[in-house]
Amino acid sequence: MTSITATTGTVDVGSLRGHVSPLDTLRQTILMAGRALQKMRRNPEQFFDAIVQPLLFTPMFGFIFGGAIAGSVTKYLPLLIPGILVQTALTTCMATGVTLREDMEKGVFDRFKSLPMSRLAPLAGPALADCLRYVIATTLTLIVGLAMGYRPGGGVLGVLAAGVLVVVAAWSLAWIFTFLGTVMKSAQGLQGVSMMIMFPLTFLSNAYVPVTSLPGWLQSFVNVNPVSHIVSAIRSLANDGAINGQVGWAMVGCAAVVAIFMPLAVRGYRRQA
Amino acid sequence: MSDLAVHARGLVKEFKGSGGVRAVDAVDLEVRPGEVFGVLGPNGAGKTTMLRMLATLLRIDDGEATIFGVDVKRSPHQVRQLIGVTGQYASVDEKLTARENLRLFGRIHGLSSKRAGATAVDLLGRFDLEDAADRTIAQFSGGMRRRLDLAASLISQPPLIFLDEPTTGLDPRTRGQMWDTVRDLVRTGSTILLTTQYLDEADQLADRIAVIDRGRKVAEGTSGELKASVGNSTLALRLADPDRLDEAARLVARTVGRTAGRTPESGRLTVPLDRADEAADVLIALRETEIGVVQVSVEEPTLDEAFLALTGEHAHDKDDPGRSNSSMSETDLTNEMEASR
Repeated sequence: MTSITATTGTVDVGSLRGHVSPLDTLRQTILMAGRALQKMRRNPEQFFDAIVQPLLFTPMFGFIFGGAIAGSVTKYLPLLIPGILVQTALTTCMATGVTLREDMEKGVFDRFKSLPMSRLAPLAGPALADCLRYVIATTLTLIVGLAMGYRPGGGVLGVLAAGVLVVVAAWSLAWIFTFLGTVMKSAQGLQGVSMMIMFPLTFLSNAYVPVTSLPGWLQSFVNVNPVSHIVSAIRSLANDGAINGQVGWAMVGCAAVVAIFMPLAVRGYRRQA
Repeated sequence: MSDLAVHARGLVKEFKGSGGVRAVDAVDLEVRPGEVFGVLGPNGAGKTTMLRMLATLLRIDDGEATIFGVDVKRSPHQVRQLIGVTGQYASVDEKLTARENLRLFGRIHGLSSKRAGATAVDLLGRFDLEDAADRTIAQFSGGMRRRLDLAASLISQPPLIFLDEPTTGLDPRTRGQMWDTVRDLVRTGSTILLTTQYLDEADQLADRIAVIDRGRKVAEGTSGELKASVGNSTLALRLADPDRLDEAARLVARTVGRTAGRTPESGRLTVPLDRADEAADVLIALRETEIGVVQVSVEEPTLDEAFLALTGEHAHDKDDPGRSNSSMSETDLTNEMEASR
């Protein structure tokens, strides 16, 4: 009972650590991810979007656009499934930012801030835990696609690689929303801004239509949109089992997003006051 | 370098958007190791803002602060290793159980899984939360939350503990329990900086008290010293007709030149006195004016009176209607006294 007592008298200031080591940062990130998973388990509502979207959007887009764009639904699926994989992942990672924003309004973040802990871990932990939601969304989209008649030419390995790429891409793009979560005042506001980022990013890409069908000025945006590269990379992995330049560009795009938005998010979190 | 637990000089926090109002305005603070230091002030006085600045949760706009000699602005990470913070709103995770919370914070502090578990059990026992250990915090009462919050602040055994309004919103019995908990902490040698809007809380717990009003420190001392600053004794009266309270207060001002504290709801008037026999002057004056008195006592001044006397200067400011029971302002009284000549 008495083993926990505060001390008084001379305080040994010299023994204080100057910073958090990378290993501690990693350890704390995993702890915070564990916390996020525990909360997901208690509030399964957080899986709602990851489960319903693939079940709803995949058939919806397939049957609406299939005939018009590719002649038939089955012919459209190789084009659509990679696109909808990315769109679903993006919508799911939008929630990462909103959940974080709501979480930061709670008192517990005061404690995280007052602890001598990594400033990255409270952001990176939930982002890591959300990979579970991306895995669920990706798996369900693929299952629905297969049920609708999607026969990916890349085989099991190609599809698996495509799935991994989707999850990595979602984790990377989630840093944009995490950053917004650290600088925006309210979860509602963040939701609105996120939608405005998400829609152009997914629809102004090659996710649903062949790029050649677009006007020239739009094509130039679509071609630099990282989402286009990610979609192309997933198409070549899943449909052809080919690792080509698009996969490389997708990885570079993801790395660039993380390199820009992770430090910005940490800075935003530090400056919250 | 100072040996003080907290040493602040000219602390300033200015919030933009509210017309550049200084929430904390040039406050100096010295907290010695091993003492309980109370920061006392009404709602919105800047207590919490000040505490959050010292606890590295808010940027210090101007001034200097050190915790055990470590600079808060330059070395926040080091300062965080010296402090435990218990917020006004429980800073624990609502969705997790008490045990999960304590374990999580233990692990973040670098304890092994096993030690974090043992520490959690130990703290749950010490704060009388064993029965609720595996319930989520959302199901906790206010008092239980505060206790868990305090328990979480003690995991790393910090030499300095910040307690932000530890009993605000608690019922009297739970409040008493919280006080006992704080006293226990003091016995084990912790240094505590607590903020409170309750005078009796400061009186009960704090070795020394700083009175904060509108971002400024208006007084500092032991509760005895603060009480003494309003006079040696207090005359407490209850009037037969509460409507004549203002009239009576003016009469007191004329008779002994003192500002009387008024409580309109109960028709109570308190008059700080230098000498107890001034009480007779007041009573005679009231009899001559035929203001009926139903209860009289001469008491030691309470911290309440000290507080009202120290923060009452602007009680009649139009922008602050929330403090109508404090004493009359000095200008009001001067006018009254002049008018009566």
